[in-house]
Amino acid sequence: MTPDLDDIDHNLLRALSVDATQSAGALGRRFGLSQPATWRRIRRLTDLGIITGRRLDLDKEKLGFGVTVFLGVKLATKGRVSLEDFERAVTAIPEVQTVEHVLGMYDYRLRVTARDISDFERVLRRRIMTLPGVGDVEANVLLSEERRPGPL
Amino acid sequence: MLDDLDRRILRTLQGDPDLSIPDLADHAGLTVSRLSRRLDRLRDNGTLRAQHAVIDWRALGYSVEVSLRVTLDKTQTRAFDDFIEAARDIPEVLEIQTFLGRVDVRLSVIARDMAHYQKIYRSHILILPHINDIEALMHVARIKSDQGLPL
Repeated sequence: MTPDLDDIDHNLLRALSVDATQSAGALGRRFGLSQPATWRRIRRLTDLGIITGRRLDLDKEKLGFGVTVFLGVKLATKGRVSLEDFERAVTAIPEVQTVEHVLGMYDYRLRVTARDISDFERVLRRRIMTLPGVGDVEANVLLSEERRPGPL
Repeated sequence: MLDDLDRRILRTLQGDPDLSIPDLADHAGLTVSRLSRRLDRLRDNGTLRAQHAVIDWRALGYSVEVSLRVTLDKTQTRAFDDFIEAARDIPEVLEIQTFLGRVDVRLSVIARDMAHYQKIYRSHILILPHINDIEALMHVARIKSDQGLPL
């Protein structure tokens, strides 16, 4: 089930998750491979669905998004409102960056970005609280965030 | 500092981060050299910090993902620093976030299966310093995950 990867594959994954714009030639020189061999390995990692694409790391404050809030959302009338209706409506809100279906004290976990607190309040009141079936909402304002390389 | 053209470039690139420079230039209606200068400037002023490869941990055999919401003992002045420093040493921790609200810190943890998760939880998570309480949210599905900014 789990694909067979060696140390070089792990090194490539680690390097690309730091900077995906590195060329196969540059990565090959770093890990002692030819450019075509490196290219083939990256191709294989992509074909196996391990590398699924790229993500931009943007400074959101510089772009005018000063506030990120995580919302825990509980649906009010479980069974009566379809999860699909809620999911379709919440996915369509541009300020909602991620939607995760979870098990535990909440049903959904949302990541919401806004220009400032009053902009967040607008999104919360007009967009989130009006979603079909929305019940309890808990908000936590993001102060800092770091991504770790993971078990590579 | 940023104009509409910068935003348009970033919006296009955010929507399709695999675009080559010539394709991106085409979309933005710019020559390749003008686009390159714009991108260099966005990198130099720190707006475009990096482009990361996205790794699907499920494809690597990590089928369990748990969000751990932690409250810390704030009577300890170094509670946040000590906790975060120790959490960084756990390889299965993918994200560390701190909050203003009911939750102090959130860890995103992956594991191969429930038995593996149990092991990480008992031998690495529970011994982290200054924990007051932990709540776990088990990840079922990711409905939206582009994390793009509404530029």
